[in-house]
Amino acid sequence: MYAIPILIGVNIITFVLFFVVNTPDDMARMHLGMKRVSEAAIVKWKDERGYNKPVLFNHSANGAKKITETIFFQNSVKLFIFDFGRSDSGRDIGYDISQRMWPSLAITIPSLIVGLLSYISFGLILAFFRGTYVDISGVILCVIMMSISGLFYIIGGQYLIGKFLHLVPISGYDTGLNAVKFVFLPVLVGLIGGIGASTRWYRTIFLEEMNKDYVRTARAKGLSELRILYRHVLTNGLIPILTGVVVILPSLFIGSLIVESFFAIPGLGSYTIDAINRQDFAIVRSMVFLGSVLYIIGLILTDISYTLVDPRVRLN
Amino acid sequence: MPVIFITDFLIFLLLFGSIAFFLYARKQEHLTAPWKEIKKQPLAMSSAVILSFFIIFGLLDSAHFHPRIETDEKSENVYSNEILSVLDLLLKDLRLKTEKTYSAPLASYSFSKELIELEDGKKIRDYPRLLYGGANLDNPKTDSTSDIIKRISLGFLYGLLISSVIILLIIFSLSKVRNEKFIITLKKCLSKNLETNWMSIFITISILFIVIAVIYHLSQNYHVFGTDKVGQDVLYQALKSIRTGLVIGTLTTLVMLPFAIAMGLMAGYFRGWVDDVIQYLYTTLNSIPGVLLIAASILLLQVYISNHANDFNSIEQRADLRLLFLCIILGITSWTGLCRLLRAETLKLREIDYVQAAKAFGVSNYKVMLQHLLPNVMHIVMISIVLDFSGLVLAEAVLSYINIGVDPSMYSWGNMINSARLEMAREPIVWWSLTAAFIFMFILVLAANLFSDAVRDAFDPRLREF
Repeated sequence: MYAIPILIGVNIITFVLFFVVNTPDDMARMHLGMKRVSEAAIVKWKDERGYNKPVLFNHSANGAKKITETIFFQNSVKLFIFDFGRSDSGRDIGYDISQRMWPSLAITIPSLIVGLLSYISFGLILAFFRGTYVDISGVILCVIMMSISGLFYIIGGQYLIGKFLHLVPISGYDTGLNAVKFVFLPVLVGLIGGIGASTRWYRTIFLEEMNKDYVRTARAKGLSELRILYRHVLTNGLIPILTGVVVILPSLFIGSLIVESFFAIPGLGSYTIDAINRQDFAIVRSMVFLGSVLYIIGLILTDISYTLVDPRVRLN
Repeated sequence: MPVIFITDFLIFLLLFGSIAFFLYARKQEHLTAPWKEIKKQPLAMSSAVILSFFIIFGLLDSAHFHPRIETDEKSENVYSNEILSVLDLLLKDLRLKTEKTYSAPLASYSFSKELIELEDGKKIRDYPRLLYGGANLDNPKTDSTSDIIKRISLGFLYGLLISSVIILLIIFSLSKVRNEKFIITLKKCLSKNLETNWMSIFITISILFIVIAVIYHLSQNYHVFGTDKVGQDVLYQALKSIRTGLVIGTLTTLVMLPFAIAMGLMAGYFRGWVDDVIQYLYTTLNSIPGVLLIAASILLLQVYISNHANDFNSIEQRADLRLLFLCIILGITSWTGLCRLLRAETLKLREIDYVQAAKAFGVSNYKVMLQHLLPNVMHIVMISIVLDFSGLVLAEAVLSYINIGVDPSMYSWGNMINSARLEMAREPIVWWSLTAAFIFMFILVLAANLFSDAVRDAFDPRLREF
């Protein structure tokens, strides 16, 4: 139930950032050109976007309108009922979001599933061969891959697979089943980009489990090492992994900002980046709010999933 | 005439701060013991050498000044508007040797065909000779390979010579400090019998000096990493970017450190409503997606800069402010992790007897936190500083790519990648800018990762990877 005060806090921060530190007059000047811009043009620009109201308190209105006819109420409070309003270029943000979340999901969900499966199996393999050359060289490889910039994987992947081997298109998106060939490369790049850090992390989790007493008991009972790994270590190690995954589940909607804009996928990530580049404050504001709502949903889901996987934890 | 940017000031503040901390920590047994552990590890020591080379480059690049214009009358000093750093002076050749446009690494001919007028007045389309690349050769098509090989071997020899002199000097001073005969110290170093793993340090130093000498000899006559669109040497850009990377990696942590430490300690120590407020604060900040917060703040900064255009004397100053601002924003988005760790640790520590005893003696809250709690959470702070570093260097490149990173006029690996990306479609491909940026970033981040692993293992054995 801590969700509501946090959302209010987020709202106030975005409000202060976008309307107090940076007044609508500045925004108008930014859009209309910096130097030579007339007062009338600014007033007109603000008029069209509804930024012409007082910031917090409207003295000229009557009754309840004193509060509602303000920028704070019109642009910030309305976010709570997911009324995003119109972007600074006049499009309906809510409609855009509902259109653009599907391509984002088409990239992020396969990445998540494929990534999770392969990272867990790599982690298990390294844990199984712990202390041998397989393990050591695996860890060294992980550290090296961690140290390479994610941009390298994206550019390298585009060049090698898209341009050199001509297997899939370099970038773009299509509807329906045709989307598969566009989704392939971003998913692959995302997978390779995350391999270093994740595999090392999962390996640590599995090794921690392996040092626990119940594994020793299982060994003493004469179970084979493989069976211990799959039946005991994997199932127990999944608890921290799954709770980590649940947090990021809701944020999948936003997609990956960088991957989407590199591969020209019309998802929410590239939507946000376009808005940043076009300096469309209304969209950035909505996305900040949406992002934090999803993050908080993730936190709540984590709490619930804790109680599901570990009955000793109780919600109060 | 020296010019001091805000980030320069902070960098030197950080430098003196770390020296002071080093002097302080030398007397503290619990802080020196882990470092002894680190000194024994070969990988950690090699990365430390590499990191210190990067730091030297960064520091040289942080001392800025207006160069004096040479005039006839000696009495009057005239300063140019240009702002240079000490590194620029050292790399004068690289900085001033600009070509017309793209040229490949070690090339003698331009990358693109141009209309050339021959001596007899005929015009042909061909690859023109470069202004500086291979300029000493009469016939680069046949001679350039042998010239390059000659220069590489010359550089190799010089590098070997310089590094062995330096290594012998180190051993000599070591033997003086240890009051031993030179030959005994030498033997001990080779057989790894000292507390510090000198062998790996020496190997890294020789490799680094050889590489630097080879590159130096090549760069006398070639562009080692080629040139970019406006003909500027890519190697120079990559070297200038070191400072940006280091500033982002270190100043961000420096900016957030006071908040994180104060808030974390207070939340854990006072509990109750203070804890609630601080927890609320960092959960709220955490729930805003970091990239979006950075984007929003950079947008605001752009508005501010364009509204106050007169406050800035130069482009460099504006870029510097943006860099500092980026550090602060990155700090705001990243202090929550450290704060949470410190809070958890303080919650544990405050129940331990010595803290309870101090409270029973009537020691003030402030003093308990400063004298009893802070020194005991210092290892967490140190671990998080080194762990954050590599992530921040990589983040800079990504942020610059979506135009919310450092100022486009500033040299940074992200900007290099960003501008080179537009040339990916060219045939044949312009690959050297990207490669140079990725190589430099990779070396820095790999060294930082290896070093931070060693620091973490030494300071917090529980976290050690098995």
